[in-house]
Amino acid sequence: MAKPLEEVLSHHVHTVEAPHKRHWLLDYLSTVDHKKIGIMYVLIGVFYLLVGGVEALLMRIQLFVPNNQFVSYPTFNELFTMHGTNMIFFAAMPLIFGLVNLIMPVQIGARDVAFPFMNAVSLWFTFVGALLVNISWFFGPAPSAGWFAYTPIGLDKYTPGTGMDFYVIGLQIAGFGSLMGAINFIATILNMRAPGMTLLRMPLFTWTSLVTSGLIVFGFPPLTVGLFLYMFERLFGGHFFDATMGGNPLLWTHLFWIFGHPEVYIVVLPAFGMISEVVATFSRKRIFGYTSMVIATVLIGFIGFMVWVHHMFTVGLGAMANSIFAISTMLIGIPTGMKVFNWLFTMWGGQIRFKPPMMFALGFLPTFVIGGFTGVMLAAAPADFQYHGSYFVVAHFHYTLIGGVVFGFFAGLYYWFPKITGRMMSEVLGHINFWLMFIGFHLTFFPMHLAGLFGMPRRVPTYNPGMGLEIWNQLSTIGAFIMGVSMIVFAANVVYAFTKGKVAGADPWDARTLEWAVPSPIPEYNFAQTPLVRGLDPLWIAKEEGSTVPAAEPLGPIHMPSNSFLPLVMAVGLFIAGFAAIYHRLFFIVLGLEVIALAMFYHSLNDDEGHHILPEESTRVREVRA
Amino acid sequence: MRPKHRIGLLFVMVGLLFGLTGCGRTDMSVFDPAGPVAKMELSVIMTSVYIMTGVFIVAMAILVYVLIRFRRRKGQDLPPKQVEGNNWMELTWTIIPLILMGILAVPTVSTAFALDQKQTGPNTMNVTVKASQFWWQFEYPDLGIVTAQALHIPVGTKVNLKLETTDVMHSFWVPRLAGKTDLIPGRVNTMWFEASQPGEYQGKCAEYCGPSHGVMDFVVIADTPQQFQAWVQKMKNPQVQPTSAQAAEGEKLFAQNCATCHAIAGTNFKGVLGPDLTGFADRPKVAGVLDNNPTDVEKWISDPAAIKPGTKMPKLPLNQQQISALSAFLEGLK
Repeated sequence: MAKPLEEVLSHHVHTVEAPHKRHWLLDYLSTVDHKKIGIMYVLIGVFYLLVGGVEALLMRIQLFVPNNQFVSYPTFNELFTMHGTNMIFFAAMPLIFGLVNLIMPVQIGARDVAFPFMNAVSLWFTFVGALLVNISWFFGPAPSAGWFAYTPIGLDKYTPGTGMDFYVIGLQIAGFGSLMGAINFIATILNMRAPGMTLLRMPLFTWTSLVTSGLIVFGFPPLTVGLFLYMFERLFGGHFFDATMGGNPLLWTHLFWIFGHPEVYIVVLPAFGMISEVVATFSRKRIFGYTSMVIATVLIGFIGFMVWVHHMFTVGLGAMANSIFAISTMLIGIPTGMKVFNWLFTMWGGQIRFKPPMMFALGFLPTFVIGGFTGVMLAAAPADFQYHGSYFVVAHFHYTLIGGVVFGFFAGLYYWFPKITGRMMSEVLGHINFWLMFIGFHLTFFPMHLAGLFGMPRRVPTYNPGMGLEIWNQLSTIGAFIMGVSMIVFAANVVYAFTKGKVAGADPWDARTLEWAVPSPIPEYNFAQTPLVRGLDPLWIAKEEGSTVPAAEPLGPIHMPSNSFLPLVMAVGLFIAGFAAIYHRLFFIVLGLEVIALAMFYHSLNDDEGHHILPEESTRVREVRA
Repeated sequence: MRPKHRIGLLFVMVGLLFGLTGCGRTDMSVFDPAGPVAKMELSVIMTSVYIMTGVFIVAMAILVYVLIRFRRRKGQDLPPKQVEGNNWMELTWTIIPLILMGILAVPTVSTAFALDQKQTGPNTMNVTVKASQFWWQFEYPDLGIVTAQALHIPVGTKVNLKLETTDVMHSFWVPRLAGKTDLIPGRVNTMWFEASQPGEYQGKCAEYCGPSHGVMDFVVIADTPQQFQAWVQKMKNPQVQPTSAQAAEGEKLFAQNCATCHAIAGTNFKGVLGPDLTGFADRPKVAGVLDNNPTDVEKWISDPAAIKPGTKMPKLPLNQQQISALSAFLEGLK
């Protein structure tokens, strides 16, 4: 199987790359290492989580008292539009992509993702897409038609100025990155699993990553098409959505939600995966009903595409359409319920340790269950006539998205932080972070159910006094600030980990999956020797035998891809082209596109075969980090 | 705090949901329906709440038990037994939810069809609703009346609504009478509702429609049949003659400044861009959000965009005296 070292090296023009030290910044800007890319995704996600959080706090200040004048109505509209856009596209998505990038390849025993170069392209497209949407704050109006940008309100006629152009083009670029990333993950998971890792031996986080990637591949094209039509309508005066010119505004609504509903599962499924890993590890038990978990995951993926009309119960599609989509939506509750009970029975009979990752997973459970239940309530079409467009909906989707994605993500981040950085976070700060977030969260969002049922529509910058809405809004605002404080505690914990955190070692949590079999932080090549997988939870199997995970190959030189600045260059080109398109500067559009074309051309001709890491180096790393 | 306290907190919050449904002012509360449509919708809501609460309590009871019973204790060095799963248990929590969903699906579908029917028969009335940024127009095609911001209906009559928009999407929502239906460009949507008791029911635009979406309010006024007939007669023969010199001055100013957009039945003013102002003095609100008194009318006329950003009504170059005159004229329209 393995060729002699001399023979391998003789095929390469560049033999062993001299281990010259690049400045860390240049290293990150040109990296194709899935772990560094993952870290950058997480940083993007956390950054926009904070941006979106500040936007939320400004809105909550405005709503603290009725008829408040803290921000103007148009500014408020910009705030909720950017809050939603940032949180979904530039916080949730990068956080998910970040952790999938960081962990998934290691969980399946791979040395990298299938297309490392494309992985970097995905990252930088996401980065410039987010940048483009957000710099709208500094270049004239920010987008203000809501994160789902309904037509015709988002069209030039009703929302003039460049704001919505930033939204349309920025999302198009970021979506491009997401689609490439998803294709990359699918190829990685299907092709690069270590010997012995059959599909039904994959960890659940990998499974959810796979299904999520599938959802992206089918879900993003409708968004792309919709945004393309939107762009034509706004920039070139097309009339796809203009009823006065024979178009139909519902065309956008359908296209958006055909993407938008699966998007919810795109971000929440990997969080389910993280919860599964954390619950199993901290109960010291194998996940209960692994096969039904896999089936539930796939089912959620499938049904997720058949429910989008439940966002449109009030647009007048009629009782028949509403009934069909009501029932298909309710069906989603069933695989989700299976998951919840499987988690509960994973803990049953286990030995539960209440460490910070487990706390977030436990906080996730009731929160997400409430979110799921209000989801079923919303699925009952005639009842939805009352909920639709009200604060009840705001409460519901924050229960699923914060209860699901954010709690799931924090569980995952506290869990894998030692693996990524080699340092332990503080448990005390972790518990404080959790409790502030959990209490703040419920204080913020539970009252919103009531505000909605008492007649408060969503997206309103103010409300009348004397309608019984004051108290609920005030509780929400106080809760939001408690959540804000919890994020400061989190930041403090990260600082603590890097300054005083204990060295983690390879397996600080007594975990079960392959990523805990390699040193922390994970070396560049992940596994010095590709592991041999003999069942679910390979590390646990090895530990039960009192040994280590066996290798599937002898120690040899490891082939790794080379760094490249081209992904960054391509993204910069797309940024220039997108920015120029917003301001109708043809010269710069062409210039930007040419930068991309040249970069791709150069990449095609550049015969770079990567480099090798020699066994001496990998042995040294293992000794140092173990 | 121990985990069980956290769960306790949750129970308290769920309890709050039920405890508080009757609390607060109920002007817009879904829990205080005043007509058959809102009642049917509330019944579906409560059915789902009961089912979901039941399941939630079961799931949380298991969680609390598990967290107490299976905490890791000192001396537990050997790992617990590794369980793969249990087909019967997994089937149970697939089939029971399926049955519960079935139970919820029946009223969901039957109510969906019941609400979708156009109401016919003697005791019905037709109204066409036209929404614009940021106001509501109500037309009574069978009575030949047009009004704005306040929709009068007789108690006990089923009202069929035709819903249209002149610009962007809006959504018609009167929580105590009926859930919402959107108004969509290029489409005519329909819905029906009925008020069982006389009263004023606050309505809101529930689909984001621009800067003043949050203040695009209206009111449904349910009259007794006699009151309604009286109102109809008044709207057909409105009092439009100025009652004072100041009001007469206001009428002149209205002709110069306002008549291109606003109509008043019984006059030459036939503008169609803005709300019809027939019977203005009898409306409870100005622009849907301000009280209808001279002070607030003047406040509205002197700077409409300060109240409703994005409104098409311009700020007119009028002095305070002229604004007062306009207000006096408008307050004479009965």
